[in-house]
Amino acid sequence: MLTVVDYDRGNLFSMAQALRSLDVPHRFGRTPADIEQASAILLPGVGAFGDAMHTLRDRGLVAPLCAAAMDGRPFVGICLGMQLLASVGTEFGEHAGLDLIPGSVDRLPAGHGRIPNVGWRAVTGAGATRWVYFVHSYVFTPRDPEVVTATATFGDVTFPAIVRRGNVTGLQFHPEKSGRDGLGLLAQALDVASFDRMHHVS
Amino acid sequence: MAIRAPVRVVARLDVKGPNVIKGVRLEGLRVVGQPATLSRRYAEQGADEILFMDAVASLYERNSILPHISEAARDVFVPLTVGGGIRTITDVSEALRAGADKVAINTAAVRSPTLLQAVAERYGSQCVVLSVEAKRHQTLGWEVYTDGGREHTGRPVLTWVEEAVELGAGEVLLTSVDRDGTRQGFDVELVRAVQRVVPVPVIASGGAGRADHVVQVIQEADAEAVAIGAILHGNTASITCIKQAIQAAGIPCRPSAESVVAC
Repeated sequence: MLTVVDYDRGNLFSMAQALRSLDVPHRFGRTPADIEQASAILLPGVGAFGDAMHTLRDRGLVAPLCAAAMDGRPFVGICLGMQLLASVGTEFGEHAGLDLIPGSVDRLPAGHGRIPNVGWRAVTGAGATRWVYFVHSYVFTPRDPEVVTATATFGDVTFPAIVRRGNVTGLQFHPEKSGRDGLGLLAQALDVASFDRMHHVS
Repeated sequence: MAIRAPVRVVARLDVKGPNVIKGVRLEGLRVVGQPATLSRRYAEQGADEILFMDAVASLYERNSILPHISEAARDVFVPLTVGGGIRTITDVSEALRAGADKVAINTAAVRSPTLLQAVAERYGSQCVVLSVEAKRHQTLGWEVYTDGGREHTGRPVLTWVEEAVELGAGEVLLTSVDRDGTRQGFDVELVRAVQRVVPVPVIASGGAGRADHVVQVIQEADAEAVAIGAILHGNTASITCIKQAIQAAGIPCRPSAESVVAC
């Protein structure tokens, strides 16, 4: 079953409501065993990069999370959870990430708008524009630009809003707080992903 | 000058017990609907956020608003802010657990400003909204009021917002007590003055009577967000109409979910 990683870094209530409204069966996972048994992973997150990685490592979750991604299970990271997919993050010092999509996470450039970048922004990708809710100060720049499937703008700076590499997808915004557009993109991210929903719903 | 970020239209629900109420100058309250129903309706129209303000929490020192937040959070997928009666970090944790994304703090912050810092350190500045009830004053410019516009503090608004933002407030919800519920338009001078002294977004609140009042406060005071109550509840203007007016003025915002309507 889709397992939402609960490592005390985010508003799981809203995420659970969003998944419920999409009819996606899910449970919360706190232990390495929970992650090992998951058929798909949703990694949410709010907070700082280094602190979040430290918590995942402390709880023995890094290895099972990487294993899940490596053996092709659908893996969706949201907000900080998306940034953790990177090789390295530079918030409060340099920290290793999960390295599931090579690249780095760096602070939004100064002089283009208020930081944190909070609010509804237009996301464009695959010929469509959708409005979604962002709360972030850092952005993920993948080494391979091909993995960026949608972008948004911060002042006149374009940054990745959605990245996808094989079974691993990252959303920089909060789809669970982004109305119908957000729920649609969350469904899409989980569907690329395939599986459970069809199992349980059809 | 950076490119203007899209402006937000926030639906403001002043809640008393089971009802959404609306008064004039935070007084003379009448029932206009239920929190869950109205939050759903406004979100469907395209509200970018919903703000739930407990109108009586400070008065009775109790919180009765959280069940409404949880109910709304079941099917309203936009950011939710709760204000009124947030006094401690425990109140904040409970509000966030109930489904809120941000808390708006007024009275408790005035009494103990370090509460803002404590909340910002634990949950981040994006979670902390300083709620200011401002009333014009002969010598202070605008004076800070607390307890739903009932108690004056002798503090000037402009120095208080600066201090509060330094402590960690990530946004300022700026309510003009003079204009609240009057539908005479925002106190544009107040919003402009506050916007100039703080680097964080200011949500203009109090006084919207028509869609063009909203456009005016954005254009003339550089407000990044507006909170709308009375005209929504009275069906004078919908979120859809307000957003159409904003876009017609060439200001970026998330388009309304509903198709074009006559306003």
